[in-house]
Amino acid sequence: MSPPSAHRRRGMVRPYAAAGGNLTPTRSTLDPATLLIADPKVPLTGLGAYPHRLMALCLPGVLSVAEAAVRLELPVAVTMPIASRLVDSGHLVARAPFVPAADRHDRAFLERILDGLRKL
Amino acid sequence: MPAGAEAVKIVVVGPFAVGKTTLVGAVSDIAPLRTEERMTSAGAMVDVLERLGEKDTTTVAMDFGRTALAEDIVLYIFGAPGQPRFAHMVRTLLEGALGGIVMLDERRVHESFDAIDLMETAGLPYTVAVNHFPDTPAHREAELRDALSLTPTTPLVRVDARERTSATRALIALVTHLLSRTPEPTP
Ligand SMILES: Nc1nc2c(ncn2[C@@H]2O[C@H](COP(=O)(O)OP(=O)(O)OP(=O)(O)O)[C@@H](O)[C@H]2O)c(=O)[nH]1
Ligand SMILES: [Mg+2]
Repeated sequence: MSPPSAHRRRGMVRPYAAAGGNLTPTRSTLDPATLLIADPKVPLTGLGAYPHRLMALCLPGVLSVAEAAVRLELPVAVTMPIASRLVDSGHLVARAPFVPAADRHDRAFLERILDGLRKL
Repeated sequence: MPAGAEAVKIVVVGPFAVGKTTLVGAVSDIAPLRTEERMTSAGAMVDVLERLGEKDTTTVAMDFGRTALAEDIVLYIFGAPGQPRFAHMVRTLLEGALGGIVMLDERRVHESFDAIDLMETAGLPYTVAVNHFPDTPAHREAELRDALSLTPTTPLVRVDARERTSATRALIALVTHLLSRTPEPTP
């Protein structure tokens, strides 16, 4: 099978139902391990029920998309477009999981990961 | 978790009942969490719940755990089925991963071939974790490597997926492998 095309990545196939019936494509691609950080300065007025609940979950701290899905009792594939829209609107900042590229910083970071694993 | 935290993702793939959820749970600081994902018959994950009939979709469970590796590094470890019909969904999950763990039960070595193909196709570095079950024929490592056509540098470790220290050895082997591929900084 051919790899998924860019707009199909992250399972974002036609966001619709839980996203509030909004079919506008989103610019943000997310991963289940993407961390969501809420901006407390952006008002929540006008948000639908699920986006509002997602903001309430993220405001106290940092939460991954997958954990947010569990808390919302929604599939990850449904949670991702909800979170993407909140990123587009500035309510959330998304930080993608670390993927190594062959450079100096990455080596140091991989060594920190290894140290952490050895201490488990 | 501080606002500056970074996430890393590792994906565990293997055949039915090989011990994926057990390994995720052993490594995780929290009890494994689970989401139920919908897939089309073509294996694509869907986020449209209301416009697809039940007949067009199947459900697949995605397990994951979370482990703090430092104050500002959090590991998410996902368990995913290795069967070809889930390949589309797993490929989506493999994007953005640091690497993969392929689990293998020595009583049914060939059942892990599909998981290895997934890693190879994705070009993702991986480690094979052979977990020990009772009354298992113990293959020699060379036999297993040959059966799996592993490249000599791909780590193969024996684990007990139920034990945290043992399960973590598979992750340590993976990250050590990643480091060995990453060039030393030039002075
Ligand atoms: N002896 C032994 N048993 C194990 C080990 N790992 C898992 N098991 C047992 O094997 C069974 C299946 O383990 P799971 O972790 O549910 O396997 P899984 O791969 O998540 O299974 P599915 O999600 O159904 O495909 C459970 O009864 C585990 O207790 C191991 O390393 N040694
Ligand atoms: Mg399982």
